[in-house]
Amino acid sequence: MPFKHKDLLGIEGLSPEDIERILHTAAPFKTLFTRSIKKVPTLRGKTVALLFYEPSTRTRTSFELAAARLSADAMSLNVDSSSIKKGESLVDTALNLEAMKVDFMVVRHSVSGAPELLAKSVQAHVINAGDGNHEHPTQALLDLFTMREKKKKIQGLNVAIIGDILHSRVARSNIWALTKMGANVRLCGPATLVPQEMRSAFGKSVSVTYQVKEALDGADVAYVLRLQTERQLDHLFPSLREYHEFYGLDARKLAWAKKDCIVMHPGPMNRGVEIASPVADGPQSVILDQVTNGIAVRMAVMYLLAGGKV
Amino acid sequence: MKRPDYDQESGKQILDAAGIAQKIAELGQHIVKEFGADGGGVALVGIQTRGAHLARRLAAWLTQKTGQDVPVGILDITLYRDDVLTIAEQPTVKETDLPFDLEDRPLVLVDDVLFTGRTIRSAMNAIVDYGRPKCVRLAILIDRGHRELPISADYVGLAVTTRRDDIVDVNLMEVDGSDSVCVRPDPKDAV
Repeated sequence: MPFKHKDLLGIEGLSPEDIERILHTAAPFKTLFTRSIKKVPTLRGKTVALLFYEPSTRTRTSFELAAARLSADAMSLNVDSSSIKKGESLVDTALNLEAMKVDFMVVRHSVSGAPELLAKSVQAHVINAGDGNHEHPTQALLDLFTMREKKKKIQGLNVAIIGDILHSRVARSNIWALTKMGANVRLCGPATLVPQEMRSAFGKSVSVTYQVKEALDGADVAYVLRLQTERQLDHLFPSLREYHEFYGLDARKLAWAKKDCIVMHPGPMNRGVEIASPVADGPQSVILDQVTNGIAVRMAVMYLLAGGKV
Repeated sequence: MKRPDYDQESGKQILDAAGIAQKIAELGQHIVKEFGADGGGVALVGIQTRGAHLARRLAAWLTQKTGQDVPVGILDITLYRDDVLTIAEQPTVKETDLPFDLEDRPLVLVDDVLFTGRTIRSAMNAIVDYGRPKCVRLAILIDRGHRELPISADYVGLAVTTRRDDIVDVNLMEVDGSDSVCVRPDPKDAV
């Protein structure tokens, strides 16, 4: 199974074999975390630049740790204090980093397609860490890794994705990944946040419902999306309280799913809005496993891209 | 160097199943001789993939001989290779499983073929990231020469003369369906 990619821009461009290769490679990386020395020398001497044009704690930290555990040097560009604030374009910033011989660029940007533009401009490996409402591929990969770890398979799983599908790059990457790997996806949320065209865009294994009960019936995975309150959500639903009443995952609603249904969330959580604390902290929650697995999956992605001579 | 007398087409079988079993017993005897009749708490670490199977066979022999349980770990050295970023295709990372405490324990690394020595260099770097064994020894089924690093085996099943570009095939029942060791010429050299 050759993995021949220079960049990871999205799940859409990956084959099921590529996804399988990444998940398979992540497993041995995860076993390193239980050692007292969590580091391997594989990417010694490589440099990873993190360009985050949007706030992020978890994803950036996860990429930093993934790089560190591969013995690569990671450096974060502080967007607030750098020349980006002076008006330098994304491509110019990247070309300057390239001139400094950076090997990987991890990019988060509010504009969909920004990482693709970068990837065309530089020789370095570009990893999309979230672009606009387009894709967040490493999130979907860590989610699939976690699902498979808990459920031993992905094929045939019923996965309910609940929340603001419209604005969610996490949802888009997950829909691509899950359908490619043979899972059944149910999308659920207020009609204003779940576009009807999602039904046809991804083929037969994706369904749309506005009733949480219907989405969770027989579900193996309840994937709760973060309500992105920092985006313009005015007039899309009446109030956070009403959202919680109808779509927030609480113990009452979770009981509609299979008994062993796992609860996932990409973080950061708005407790009491899209998810109730007893569910977030309950025995079915694998939210912190997702965080641990994120590092292993990002290590696997960097390892595989490093060999992707194209 | 003297050329090994193999058939240009099929190569030459240098060990059969009984020969491999005999060599494993000899490696076991070396280990008992060094660490004592009770095994001295020795643990084996086999290098993926065929070294791991040889380590299991060697452990079974030692367990029978010493009456002591001999723990076996498996080690994948991919992440410690020195050529990982220069070869065309990223090698598959396999499982590493060392289900015992390495601290202060005598350890025997086991592999099928000793060639350049680079695998063993990687393995030693990996081992010290898992703990600090009392000592590390190296047991090898076939030493084919052509070292590129100052590494030698402590226990050798069979030393053979090969050309640099010869191919040594170690076939084991567990992976290949039968036991044998063959040396054959690089097919690229065929005229």
